[in-house]
Amino acid sequence: MSHLKTALFDFHKASGAKLVPFAGYEMPVQYPLGIAGEHTHVRTKAGIFDVSHMGQFSIIGDESVCKQLEQIVPIDLSLLKLNQSKYSFLMNDKGGIDDDLIVTKLEDRISIVLNAGCKHNDIKQIKSVFKQPAEFVLHDQLSLIALQGPKAVSILESFIPGVSNLKFMNGGSFSFKGKSVYVTRSGYTGEDGFEVSIASELAQTFCETLLTNADVAMIGLGARDSLRLEAGLCLYGHDLNPEISPIEADLVFGITKHRRETCDFIGGSVVKDHLTNGIKRKRVGIQPEGTIIARENAKVFKADKEIGLVTSGGYGPSVSAAVAMGYVDFDCSEVGTSVELEVRGKKYPAKICLLPFYKKSYAK
Amino acid sequence: MSEVKYSKKHEWVSIEGDIGTIGITKHATEQLGDIVFAEVPDAGKVLTSGGEAAVVESVKAASDVYTPVSGEVVEGNAAIVADPALINQDPEGAGWFFKIKITSPDELAALMSKADYEKFVEENPS
Repeated sequence: MSHLKTALFDFHKASGAKLVPFAGYEMPVQYPLGIAGEHTHVRTKAGIFDVSHMGQFSIIGDESVCKQLEQIVPIDLSLLKLNQSKYSFLMNDKGGIDDDLIVTKLEDRISIVLNAGCKHNDIKQIKSVFKQPAEFVLHDQLSLIALQGPKAVSILESFIPGVSNLKFMNGGSFSFKGKSVYVTRSGYTGEDGFEVSIASELAQTFCETLLTNADVAMIGLGARDSLRLEAGLCLYGHDLNPEISPIEADLVFGITKHRRETCDFIGGSVVKDHLTNGIKRKRVGIQPEGTIIARENAKVFKADKEIGLVTSGGYGPSVSAAVAMGYVDFDCSEVGTSVELEVRGKKYPAKICLLPFYKKSYAK
Repeated sequence: MSEVKYSKKHEWVSIEGDIGTIGITKHATEQLGDIVFAEVPDAGKVLTSGGEAAVVESVKAASDVYTPVSGEVVEGNAAIVADPALINQDPEGAGWFFKIKITSPDELAALMSKADYEKFVEENPS
């Protein structure tokens, strides 16, 4: 099976990237800087991520679009201001998460960024709840390029004036080389940063322009993973799946407050049950006590009883320690609880801890 | 002067008398990237050539380190456990993994010389 390529594929190759299959695409996992070097670069300077494999999806129509979408996305879209973004989910009838996504309200449409591996099924699910007409567009001709890191704002401002006025989780239309681009102040690294939706034919020029600033480097999926893990952010298909509810995932903020009361969305009865009667398992941070690294699928024990599973784990270069997150039985989920992680058949001490491992303040 | 031999799994063994010092090659460390964890065998552990002997982890993933020769471990390198970055800094020196008392010296014949190993890496880029 041949893999899809983003518009930057040749550019990644020419930049010395190591390419791997990911969600049906051939994507850069690392560049010559290496994962740890790229990770630190994003935490201290600014890094470019090609996230064009993600689905950029629009629903265009009248005011009925919001109400219809709210059947399957548990937020109140009427509370969103123009150009404001919100993190939420695509729900299924088991109360599980079919995808996690970012929704942005535009003048004539709702725009959604979907995970690459889920996007086609997501669109099918979304269409299935629409009873009134709307136009659905998957923007295959657009690339999505993120610039993340403490220097991202000053660097992007120098090439796209005005972006520094954006507040976190807000976007707007700007101009680059005379062409319109849509920029949101958002990202998935725990750093301040931007995601730029840009015509694919301009994608390489855009990257090359950013790279004229010596503080900018290309960053692969490897560092993207360690950055988001340190920031306590979930990776769909690992920390989230169709069997896990937003309450179990400790992501209740992805459901608008009054909709936690009404639970008037697909899977709402399960969510309501989890909110009223409690949950059996919960997503937590897990801090190994020594240097041992517990990766995905490592079992979690407490007093010889298996109580959970690591869903993401690795080494956090910015905290210089092993970090993990996973699901444990609710009665073992309190911060500070001593647990054990099984790695290569041996058990090692660890503690349930608060997320994130690495904290940064965003531009509010 | 000790003799150094190389395996297809990217380990090196430096032989002095019946003691072999074993580590991973510079090429292997370049493939792994920044190493953040190492586990070495305890003295007294008996290992069979080709068997799992140690563990090395980069930011990316965990990998097994195999022993290219059979024998009994006489020492694991505590220095790389305390500071795994040593393996990247000096893979074929201070970044050694363990020393083994070689029990089957004839196994050494199956290993490669430095020149042959370099050729092997060139022909098998990963």
